[in-house]
Amino acid sequence: MMSEQNRSSETQPQRSLKIENLVKEYVPGKPILNDISFEVQGTSSVAVIGPSGTGKSTLIRCVNKLIPPTSGNVYVSGENITPLKGQELRKARRKIGMVFQEFNLVERLSVMENVLCGRLGYVAPWRAWLRKYPAEEINRASELLESIGLLDFAHQRADSLSGGQRQRVGIARAIMQEPHVLLADEPTSSLDPKTSVEIMELLLGLSETHGLPLIINIHDVELAKRFTDRVIGLSKGGIIYDGPPSELSNDNLKEIYGGASWLL
Amino acid sequence: MVAITEKTKPEYGTPFKANWWARAGWLLAILYVFYAANYLDVSWTRFISGLSNGAEFLGEMVPVNFSRWQLLVSNLLETVEIAVIASAFGIVFSLPIGLFAARNLMPSWVTWPARIFIALCRSFHPVIFAILFVKAVGFGPLAGILTLIFASIGFIGKLFAEAIEEISLKPVEALRASGAPFISIIVYAVVPQVQNRFIGFSSYQFDANLRNSTMVGIVGAGGIGGTLFAAFQRFDYDFLAAILISIIGLVMVSEFISLQIKKVFQ
Repeated sequence: MMSEQNRSSETQPQRSLKIENLVKEYVPGKPILNDISFEVQGTSSVAVIGPSGTGKSTLIRCVNKLIPPTSGNVYVSGENITPLKGQELRKARRKIGMVFQEFNLVERLSVMENVLCGRLGYVAPWRAWLRKYPAEEINRASELLESIGLLDFAHQRADSLSGGQRQRVGIARAIMQEPHVLLADEPTSSLDPKTSVEIMELLLGLSETHGLPLIINIHDVELAKRFTDRVIGLSKGGIIYDGPPSELSNDNLKEIYGGASWLL
Repeated sequence: MVAITEKTKPEYGTPFKANWWARAGWLLAILYVFYAANYLDVSWTRFISGLSNGAEFLGEMVPVNFSRWQLLVSNLLETVEIAVIASAFGIVFSLPIGLFAARNLMPSWVTWPARIFIALCRSFHPVIFAILFVKAVGFGPLAGILTLIFASIGFIGKLFAEAIEEISLKPVEALRASGAPFISIIVYAVVPQVQNRFIGFSSYQFDANLRNSTMVGIVGAGGIGGTLFAAFQRFDYDFLAAILISIIGLVMVSEFISLQIKKVFQ
């Protein structure tokens, strides 16, 4: 992993994600995301908080065009993703690692196969089908599995793992892409409190070692405050707070979520 | 305690609504069965008189005549060959056709032609297909093979498409997000989810093909059916019994084999 870090820091001075005037309307005239702009660089981590249905998942999926944005631009390490289509879009998506709330693993494949899924964007389909991955990629997958403590499980089916273990596999899959940015859509919402903390630590640690900006959608405000160095509060499709977690006040939270009875 | 004997009405009305349309529908269905039976002269007396005919027919079957076993064996082999070849091609063709017909992965301009083709394959009974193919390619096993290929595509293709439509799209989303090409997404995120069911459908269809390949011969499309029909017409009931027993044996053997196949892939 050290060698990769060196390689990446040589070729890529700093990795970044820039979102510019992003608008998404499912129904014309009723934007769910309205003019969102922010930039994340280097190893900084951003927590996106906000009530359910406010467009956090939509925002994160607009970055890699799983959901096409209505207007606005998304730049990954300076490259504009938004106008890309087909082959070019596929290649651009390799630079965007994504971690999911429900892990989105292929349950019937082995842990190793799931991790190597992160290389499918690079490997020709017939090679992938025959499981003929280049040796260095298999080595990297093994190293990654060892570092997250799952090398012994490499040949087990993904559905035999616990929730926390599965999320680790999901994260390893995203890291295998050699991404320039890591997106996490509620990565801890299906997990217990202890495992949630472990997953946050893992995400932050990988962001540090690989020099990746990290964007996390998260419901747990305390977890966000504890781990990330910037919080973006979304409400009714707009950013209404953008700053360090230490300055996030109860008034801000009231404005983001509405009401106050849930605050201690 | 007293209230139990009294007939009380629930305060908020009955919890379950009576569906009068459904009740009327059932009543109509039952009335139609009686009407149709009467119209077609299906009666108990006819059934009873038929029983004695049947007994006579069974009596002529024994002793079973296996003296022409060479003809029997060669016919059986042809039947099995028809089923195996038709199943192999049917399975290979129904894989892509089923995939093209899955509405959750394909755009509608792909699914519509595929679904129409599957519907055409399913719209005719194999006997009708067999008659058409005998006219088209002449008497013999080729007509039977073509018949059963179409029957296989109709069955496996439809069920395979439905199986794909029921998969979880979460891994598909993950692989799309990682920039995987479409074929790799199919191979990694779709196939593992439907593979077992596909094998199940295929072995079931192989069973069906074996049974149907004994039948297509009746209209001249090869296999043991032709000999069976000839034996019927010549009142060769003892040889007929031999044919029937061998068909039963054949189907039982195939049932056993497909059970073993399913065990392997469980």
